[in-house]
Amino acid sequence: MTEKIALAGTGTTGGSPLVDAPLNGAASSNAAANREAGAVAKRRATTTARARRWLRANLFSSPLMGALSVLTLLLLGLALPPLFRWAFLDAVFDGSNRSVCGAGACWAFIADRLEQFVYGRYTPAERWRVDVALALLAGFAALSLWSRNPHRALSVLLLVTLCPAVAAVLLIGGVFGLPFVPTDQWGGLSLNIILTFATVVLALPLGVVLAMGRRSQLSVIRWSCTAFIEVLRGVPLLTVLFMAMVMLPMFLPEGVTFDRLVRAIIGLSLFVAAYFAEIIRAGLQGIPKGQYEAAAAIGLGFWGAHRLIVLPQAFRLVVPGIVNTVIDLFKDTTLVSIIGLFDLLGVVGQSIKDPNWLGLGREGYAFAALVFFICCYAMSLLSLRIERRIRSSSH
Amino acid sequence: MAGKSRKGGSSLWPMKASHALLMQGVALLIGGLVIAWFAQNAASNLARRSMQLDFGFLGSPAGFSMPFQILSFGPTDTYFMALVTAFANTLLVSAMGVITATVVGLGLGVMRLSHNWLLSTVSGAIVELVRNTPQLLQIVFWYVGVLQVLPQARQSLSFGDVAFLNIRGLFLPAPIGGPWSSVLLIAFFLSLALAPLARRYLPLHPRRSSLLWLVPPLLLIALAFSLKGWSLPALKGFNFAGGMVLPPELVALWAGLSLYTAAFVAEIVRASVEAIGKGQVEAANSLGLSSWLTLRLVVLPQALRLMIPQLTNQYLNLIKSSSLGAAIAYPEIVQIFAGTVLNQSGRAIEVMVIVMGVFLIINLAASAALAQLNERVALKER
Repeated sequence: MTEKIALAGTGTTGGSPLVDAPLNGAASSNAAANREAGAVAKRRATTTARARRWLRANLFSSPLMGALSVLTLLLLGLALPPLFRWAFLDAVFDGSNRSVCGAGACWAFIADRLEQFVYGRYTPAERWRVDVALALLAGFAALSLWSRNPHRALSVLLLVTLCPAVAAVLLIGGVFGLPFVPTDQWGGLSLNIILTFATVVLALPLGVVLAMGRRSQLSVIRWSCTAFIEVLRGVPLLTVLFMAMVMLPMFLPEGVTFDRLVRAIIGLSLFVAAYFAEIIRAGLQGIPKGQYEAAAAIGLGFWGAHRLIVLPQAFRLVVPGIVNTVIDLFKDTTLVSIIGLFDLLGVVGQSIKDPNWLGLGREGYAFAALVFFICCYAMSLLSLRIERRIRSSSH
Repeated sequence: MAGKSRKGGSSLWPMKASHALLMQGVALLIGGLVIAWFAQNAASNLARRSMQLDFGFLGSPAGFSMPFQILSFGPTDTYFMALVTAFANTLLVSAMGVITATVVGLGLGVMRLSHNWLLSTVSGAIVELVRNTPQLLQIVFWYVGVLQVLPQARQSLSFGDVAFLNIRGLFLPAPIGGPWSSVLLIAFFLSLALAPLARRYLPLHPRRSSLLWLVPPLLLIALAFSLKGWSLPALKGFNFAGGMVLPPELVALWAGLSLYTAAFVAEIVRASVEAIGKGQVEAANSLGLSSWLTLRLVVLPQALRLMIPQLTNQYLNLIKSSSLGAAIAYPEIVQIFAGTVLNQSGRAIEVMVIVMGVFLIINLAASAALAQLNERVALKER
């Protein structure tokens, strides 16, 4: 234990040329040098003491804590170096088939398949359209979230109306000289993003309607909205997706068929709308009664009061909850791989069965996990920031 | 109070009774028309396939077998038995998941709360990594990336020569029941379930709770003594004999469900304990309570009150997520019914109604049971 502290102490102070250099230069004027040396020694001592104090407080506050720290260090020492060796030192980064792979990770597989992981089987020459569509959505999403944007409401409105339309035209094609790309060729990470976005655009208004319906005075409306919300929150998303895939066509007139992607979006939207509805309902409940009364007092009707006074405030309250649901939704879009769409997870699952790259499941799924982690972690940091801003502005 | 807050300020815009009636009538009419249109489409679609809405197929033989089941099931059994067997498999993995998720989650949560920088950092890293990757991805990773690359039976990973892990699954020792074992097992679960009820009917005595909670452990000890012995897995030829085996699908699904939920449980534990005011702990200290008593009498009762509704949600999510076993062919309800049975019988509507109905029932039952628990720990205000 003491050995470790000493080591850490020298580690933080020893070998600092910035401190030692003036000492050597000022060797002739010994008084100043002595004072200087004293100060350095003192600084050194305080740094060591600080390090020791930090270690004592944070790692060795009691014998039990000390033992736990050492045990954790041991476990990390056992687990991390082999993982590091596998992921970096022994890894292969370049190659065109399985024969290049060695003992470590075979990232050459990821490099070889990167395009498919992002775009699926989207016609290669047309992939710029996916880029443009996603950039458009990302740009407007950023504008809508930027708190000092003077035209924020307009940005949100465009994000949920014009942007999806433009993106859909770009992605599907068939007009303005853009070749048609059928949806069964869409795939990869871009499909996860498209599914998330389309679902949010459809589910958010539906969620508002359901939330207001559940608070309605009219019992028929209240009960049907409550039943819808509770049933969808009570069943797994996978069953809702299966329902949209196999049951929905049975309820439509003969000959009317929906695209598989559209059916998946419908299933996702119904499911997510139920969750949005509960979040928005919580926001509506958080609005003080005085706001309703004030709205009524200035002569606003029910709809006017909700549109101008209540909903805007309720939305501000529930933005973190909505962002968290969107994160969950983004993770859950991977479920479409079970019902036969090729999202990132589906493409990885397909690629590891390719004879050229057989059995590289670990690399494939580790890469997919990294991509999802980066996206979701970024979104959760954003959600935390928004939450903090709301809390500080409400005080 | 609840009614008032639910309606918000709507009473500020009073609606005439006739107007309200008219609006509801219109809503009913539109809803009814949509449903009628759906029903008519469904009827004509079914008629075209010369089928009708009929749950009678549940009585006909299923004709398939399952790779794993805890109830006995064979190809000659009916679809209904397939439903019961798959339901039992769902419950099995859910129960296993809930237990391990709680234990691991509590551990991670306590680690995260500790003043030990190393422990809280490691726990935080694990929690963030797990929470921010899709659950399906984790389950598939456990299955494809971990369990399918395990060695063959002869090179199994051995855990003290009683448990073995290889590509065919996890081999564990199995208890061999004596004549009284099953009775004692049932009595154990009954004593757990009935203890809170029985408490009410016992005479008031300061030690009645402690006495009552002695019963289940005693029954467990009796159960241990009633066993004839343990059957240990042992390598015979190319495979293990004896003991019991958890197939890789079950282990992967179990690991995926447990770890994912554990990360959320850890966050709940941390948030609930942190939500307890510092003043509470200081007050307890100034009363001279030891740190253990502070935890037991002051922090935990209050933290538990905050935790239970959130934990309920996580457990319900875990049960619902057990449907992800369909991705790795674990024979649970969605895999067996929305997969195999639907393909064999072609009865889309009936099968989906059954599957969703089963999950709704599990969910309602579980949330009702947990609501009871919540009521017991909830703040009793005068």
